[in-house]
Amino acid sequence: MANKIKVATTSLAGCFGCHMSFLDIDERLVTLVEHVQFDRSPLTDIEHCSSDCDIGLIEGGVCNSENVHTLREFRKQCKILVAVGACAINGGLPAMRNFIPLEECLAEAYLHGIGVENAHVPNDEELPLLLDKVRPIHEVVKIDYFLPGCPPSADVFWKFLTDLLAGSQPKLDYELVHFD
Amino acid sequence: MTKTLTIDGKTIPFQDGQTIIEAATAAGVYIPHLCHHPEFTPHGSCKLCSVKVNGRVCSACTFPAAEGQDVINNSQELNDDRQKITQMLFVEGNHFCPSCEKTGNCQLQAVAYHLNMLDDHFPLFFHNRNVDASHSDVLIDHNRCIFCTLCVRASIEQDGKNVFAIAGRGINKHLAVNSATGLLKDSDLDKNDKAAHICPTGAILIKRTGYQVPIGQRLYDHQEIDAVSLAHETEQRHGE
Amino acid sequence: MKAFLEQLAAKYQHNATNLLAILRAVQARFHYIPEAAITTLADLLSIPRTQILAVAEFYSFFHLTPKGQYEVFISDSITDHMLGKHELMAYLSERLQVAVGEVRADGLVSLDNTSCTGLCDQGPAGLVNGLALTNLDKARIDLIAELINQQKPLSEWPKHLFAVNDNIQQTGLLLASAITPGQGLTTTFTRGITQTLAEIDLSGLRGRGGAGFKTALKWRFCSEEPETERYVVCNADEGEPGTFKDRVLLNSYAEQVFEGMTIAAAIIGAKQGFLYLRGEYLFLYEKLLALLEQRRQAGLLGQNILGQGITFDIEICLGAGAYICGEESALIESLEGKMGIPRNRPPYPVSSGYLGKPTIVNNVETYLAAAAIAVNGGAWFANLGTEKSKGTKILSISGDCKRPGIYEVPFGITVQAVLDLCGADDVFGVQIGGPSGMFISNQELHRKLAFEDLATGGSFIIFDNSRELLAIVKNFTHFFAHESCGFCTPCRVGTSLLQKQLDKIVDGHGSAGDVVALEELCRLIKQYSHCGLGQTAANPILTTLERYPEIYQAQLKQISYEPGFDLDAALATARRLANRDDAGAHLAQIGEEHD
Repeated sequence: MANKIKVATTSLAGCFGCHMSFLDIDERLVTLVEHVQFDRSPLTDIEHCSSDCDIGLIEGGVCNSENVHTLREFRKQCKILVAVGACAINGGLPAMRNFIPLEECLAEAYLHGIGVENAHVPNDEELPLLLDKVRPIHEVVKIDYFLPGCPPSADVFWKFLTDLLAGSQPKLDYELVHFD
Repeated sequence: MTKTLTIDGKTIPFQDGQTIIEAATAAGVYIPHLCHHPEFTPHGSCKLCSVKVNGRVCSACTFPAAEGQDVINNSQELNDDRQKITQMLFVEGNHFCPSCEKTGNCQLQAVAYHLNMLDDHFPLFFHNRNVDASHSDVLIDHNRCIFCTLCVRASIEQDGKNVFAIAGRGINKHLAVNSATGLLKDSDLDKNDKAAHICPTGAILIKRTGYQVPIGQRLYDHQEIDAVSLAHETEQRHGE
Repeated sequence: MKAFLEQLAAKYQHNATNLLAILRAVQARFHYIPEAAITTLADLLSIPRTQILAVAEFYSFFHLTPKGQYEVFISDSITDHMLGKHELMAYLSERLQVAVGEVRADGLVSLDNTSCTGLCDQGPAGLVNGLALTNLDKARIDLIAELINQQKPLSEWPKHLFAVNDNIQQTGLLLASAITPGQGLTTTFTRGITQTLAEIDLSGLRGRGGAGFKTALKWRFCSEEPETERYVVCNADEGEPGTFKDRVLLNSYAEQVFEGMTIAAAIIGAKQGFLYLRGEYLFLYEKLLALLEQRRQAGLLGQNILGQGITFDIEICLGAGAYICGEESALIESLEGKMGIPRNRPPYPVSSGYLGKPTIVNNVETYLAAAAIAVNGGAWFANLGTEKSKGTKILSISGDCKRPGIYEVPFGITVQAVLDLCGADDVFGVQIGGPSGMFISNQELHRKLAFEDLATGGSFIIFDNSRELLAIVKNFTHFFAHESCGFCTPCRVGTSLLQKQLDKIVDGHGSAGDVVALEELCRLIKQYSHCGLGQTAANPILTTLERYPEIYQAQLKQISYEPGFDLDAALATARRLANRDDAGAHLAQIGEEHD
């Protein structure tokens, strides 16, 4: 166990689609876990990263204050931080709210929208506040690698991780690079 | 006697009056480009076709071919910089490929793939741009416009109309429609116009045609833009 | 409105090449370009409405939404800032009760910034309805605010508000004595046209705009073109911040400039000339028109000039606020009534310029010098200067010195000698040739003004040791982002990215990799841009980064990364709507999670 590579994953403003795609490596998971140990991840329910993670895979952009804290924890604890998928890379579909003022978004959702009762903007201190714009993660912390796609295919995850595990610079062939 | 120049060390012939990109294409050499189209007057704005001619950076789509030119095209340095220029186009507009009907058939996206662009590199602008869905058959999504002016040129040069123009200055540039309301529905654009089909991105789209080709069978799913572009232009020449 | 537009279109022969002049008239009358005017004009000029829209949006002095009846602009040049512009602008905004960039609710007045107005030796400067205001101070602002609030027509404003001084501090070959009207033409005709071109060749005169192309060569190329309809253009779109010599030349030596243009016309065989005058110099317009008329009466312009069977006339075209129009092919586009977008080259203007015809475009000072050379001969001029930079150069000196103004100096003079002339000490550095030129440090004052060393169009801005380098660089970098025409990707997007990246560093949010990222952007913009604007837009950063890397490094935090936007401010809207201000409702710019 000791010399296994520690991988942590999380989804910020994403849909977990990238995680689902990761799991689509199917039976190769078995091979993978021979070399890899999952740390903080929705797959493990570990809440915080260990201090010595090797690889952090981040799905989703940054839409609220909690995303910022999570991302910073990953950056601090992971040697290599990877932006996974369109949302992490450019904000993706959640960033399409960037063209509507946040005030209007919240008003529509909590004040004036159809079917709203007891209209008020949620204000519990437990809730993270929304940023005025959804940001790609490279605008908040330094990112080492980018895996584009919505989601990146299972083969992208496999190629990227096996390249890294083999100690070589990850290289995605033409058909593995796509933005959709 | 045939005049020649060299591109990346390979000798290729050219005819007087040809630009470097025309000579290159005829010889089966791909130079990345977006605003260039063989059927229309060269424009020279996207700068993806930047090559080094005798050591000096020139736009291959506007620069005349000349005897003995030493052209560098497919170098790591140029391709790295072309990638950065492509990234500039991506951060300037709002290019959300997963929700764009053009995805898989988009030249901007394909040239990015070709240059192995994996991220946007620069901070995104997130400028608020509109969609004009007023026309019954054609849609403009200004978020995806890269100001290549191909629609402007196609409308004037092939359709004999004057539907589009680029207005504004600097980073505030935008595509403008020549109609009293500024809306596409009040222009004389027809869905069969060349201008409606020429957009290299998803900025001008024919309605009700999106997502008809399944993933895996789209233009750039398996073939890179260099092969597609050269094949297309060879076909054009043979068709003439 | 319709009758007004019809008269206007008729006055300009329904010719779309006059679109700028027409829109200037519309803007002056309505204080914006109304939608209805665009529709009507498109019809009257037989051009697509998009061309009018494009032009209206391109030039800074045209507006698609109403501005005030008094349109006030304050010059945003670094020299204005050094003279207290920032504080004065705030004061003016308060006195006029209008925010910068806004129109007052009653529609009486609007206030905004504008790029350098060419009055750096007598700033802070501004414009009201296009007319230059100089030496602004609180007392003048009080007066201006009162006049506006009383709705006094500009014709009734005290003249001293509009006084523009020449401030000629040192004269030389050219400025010490102007030629008498007609003298240059008479000598040219006596000597012969070909021989006069030979004298200009002998003089070694090179373009005074800064690029330094040999004048005689350009004129010869043009005269050898097969197409015989040719044009002479004088570039008086003096937009480089810190340059104002052409303003002085056109105020006090305009006849000689016109004479130089006429000689050029005789040489290249042109019948029509244009003086492209930047909009900021509107105050010179009537005076110049009167001078042209005077020359026509004297037989120096028009049909059969001096009985030599040569026909040539000059038209003055006013710009409308676009630095890019100083680039010769953009200027030609503008003359044709279009957006000022530089053309692809080749072909060059000498073979395909105005309306696709052979055209020479030269600087005001070049024509002035050519006229003097025609009178005095090439050797007279070539005696001064250096081997590759003959004659004298007229400098516009501003910034930290005792005697700002116009200085005519021989080429080859050292920067130190110029500083001594204008009374500058405690010098930190000098911006040579404007923002597109080079910033030199006080360790380089021995360097020479000449094409061999420091080429310059004449802008010479002095900074003393009290000035903050990065504030200067920031002003220049923002200027280029504002003035980029937007044609090509590297300049359009790159100058905006450069502005962001520099601001990040200057505002203290830079970290280890940010200067490297800045340099990378500079290189991309410089190397791949379409024209001189983009190719020089990074010069303020590049030339200062080379000299003062420690000033940039000192701005950086010793961390690996910091966001380029204000994280806590990004939560402000959500905080307000949720009515929260607890610790969890805030974000530090750099995380505690950060190493």
